Amino acid sequence: MRSSEIIQDLQIIFSDVLDLPDLCLTAESNASNVEGWDSLAHINLVVAIEKRYNIKFALAELRALNNVGEMADLIIKKTSSQAAK
Amino acid sequence: MNANMNKTTILRLPVEEILQKRKRFCRELNSTGDLQPVRVAVLGGTTTNEVVDLLEVLLLADGFKPTFYQSEYNKYYEDAVHEPEKLREFRPDIAYIHTHWLNIQQFPTAGCTETDFQNLVRSETNRFQTVWNSLHESVGCQVIQNNFEHPASGVLGNLDAVAYGGQTRFVNELNLEFTRATSRNRKLLLQDLNTLAARTGHAHWFDWPRWYSYKILTTPEGSFAIARSLAAMIGSMLGRAKKCLVLDLDNTLWGGVIGDDGLDRIQIGNETAVAEAYTAFQKYCLSLRHRGVLLAVCSKNNLDIARSGFTHPDSVLKLEDFASFKANWEPKHENIQAVAQELNLGLDSFVFVDDNPAERNLVSAQLPSVTVPDVGNEVALYPSILQAGHYFETVGLSAEDLTRAETYTANAERAVMQSKFASYGEYLDSLQMVAEIEVFKPVYIERITQLINKTNQFNLTTRRYTLAEIEEISLRGNHLALYGKLTDSFGDNGLISVIIGRLENKVLHLDLWIMSCRVLKRDMELAMLDVLVERARAMGAERLAGTYLRTAKNAMVEAHYKTLGFAIESKAEDGSKSCWSLPVMSYTPRTNHIRIKASTYA
Repeated sequence: MRSSEIIQDLQIIFSDVLDLPDLCLTAESNASNVEGWDSLAHINLVVAIEKRYNIKFALAELRALNNVGEMADLIIKKTSSQAAK
Repeated sequence: MNANMNKTTILRLPVEEILQKRKRFCRELNSTGDLQPVRVAVLGGTTTNEVVDLLEVLLLADGFKPTFYQSEYNKYYEDAVHEPEKLREFRPDIAYIHTHWLNIQQFPTAGCTETDFQNLVRSETNRFQTVWNSLHESVGCQVIQNNFEHPASGVLGNLDAVAYGGQTRFVNELNLEFTRATSRNRKLLLQDLNTLAARTGHAHWFDWPRWYSYKILTTPEGSFAIARSLAAMIGSMLGRAKKCLVLDLDNTLWGGVIGDDGLDRIQIGNETAVAEAYTAFQKYCLSLRHRGVLLAVCSKNNLDIARSGFTHPDSVLKLEDFASFKANWEPKHENIQAVAQELNLGLDSFVFVDDNPAERNLVSAQLPSVTVPDVGNEVALYPSILQAGHYFETVGLSAEDLTRAETYTANAERAVMQSKFASYGEYLDSLQMVAEIEVFKPVYIERITQLINKTNQFNLTTRRYTLAEIEEISLRGNHLALYGKLTDSFGDNGLISVIIGRLENKVLHLDLWIMSCRVLKRDMELAMLDVLVERARAMGAERLAGTYLRTAKNAMVEAHYKTLGFAIESKAEDGSKSCWSLPVMSYTPRTNHIRIKASTYA
């Protein structure tokens, strides 16, 4: 899966959780430039993403992320390492 | 949008998806109208937002419009004890103290003595007692406290449950103290978090990464279990618990098809594994009946053949255990409607269990307010599926709960008798009815509150009151609060009617008038009116003012005040509200068929 496909997928999850049907998510999107992405919304986002890709983020992995693009890369890494197993 | 279909669909989704789409679901459920407001304060020892988010969806789906107050993370003690003003301002109906094993302040150390142990139990319990007392004194609302789940690990292994230094033993002791506190205090209810955690399984309950990141201790699955149980408790307190379990027969209450296989060949008893599973489910149904849930049969069968199934020597359930029995070839939704009419219960108080998915789909499509759990076709799982649904949650067992099933059976006998009399009045006389109508007494407060919150049909205003409010009203001088009990030749119907009047400028405003449908058409409302007028006069009232507020369920009392001879004062154009008036001076008693016991009222 490519990063852009994942971001499209994430857009659905983000617009559901944040209740923003017109949200346009890009690789540069982050908590400071997306309306309503606060710490509580973040919890819901993580739950939904983990469910969607059947992965679990480690504590340190989430801390290190700066934007949606990096999150997409992390998802690719985790799903492909799972597939390799 | 079909709100009910939507509600069923939503609640079957995985919890993660509910959380993801929560905002949209809430918006849609909110737009369904006719929702009952409820104000819930959640005071947590952990981050409670996820539980509250899920609780909001569940309460909306149950027909409530919830408003929440949440304490800051781990500020349950401060909010309740040091700053109750903020809470009082919020005016909660219910305060929920949500604390986990991690919120226990001081655990015993490994070498702890019995004395140290007891002191620690006392100081921890006292801390919570302070919270409950403060809420009762300064806020005056109903309090729900959960007990503690067992610790995630016990360093002493099996000894952890035995030694004074064991955390597991300590939690067991605290939970016992919480149980004792709950049984001493009717305004304190216990949520059994320990059992919820055990049923979920600790491996699926604790979520340590989320604990360190957000101070949420449970997995989404754990949070959902907490929210579901809490929603069931709130629903039960406010009258939304289910009252009747409707059961299919073939391959639901016994294995096989009785019409084809014959009585001798159906699977029930202890001879085979399959038969044992059906026997266990029958036992579960019988235990529900014993605690006040009504049972009914709805089966596609020949009536005589269907009934014969309960003559099987190994059948746990007997014919007389069923308040209603429908076995015919009509569609099941029509039969369930007939059961509802027969028992005078709303369809929303029904749960339908059938192994056949086609029947389940038909009933849930045709009667969206009936609850149709997805039970599958493995009867061995039926008890735990019904259990997990919390359908028959109850916050307390009253004497009425324990005898209700018998009352309904007696009602059936009364109906048979009725057909033998020349006139209805003659029939009523033959019942030798005696009513006790008195002002509220402390022993009945619990039953009164329960009746007020679950009566939907014979209810003029559908106002709900908490136990605390009822206690307060019964003490206030400007209120006239009456209850009515009725016995007859078939038995005691129990406490079945309540009126709350409020005296203002010589007018007694009837804020509430309710009656249980089991005593409909018995002239009990006339007996209540006779006593009401007499007491109102004694208080100095010149007239009674009654109000009818229409709801989806109380059409049967639209003409109540008119029938009793009240004059209409005003009526809303759409008929949603009408006001009525009756002068008390010229009133003469009307009860002919009920003897009203002489008052013990000073």
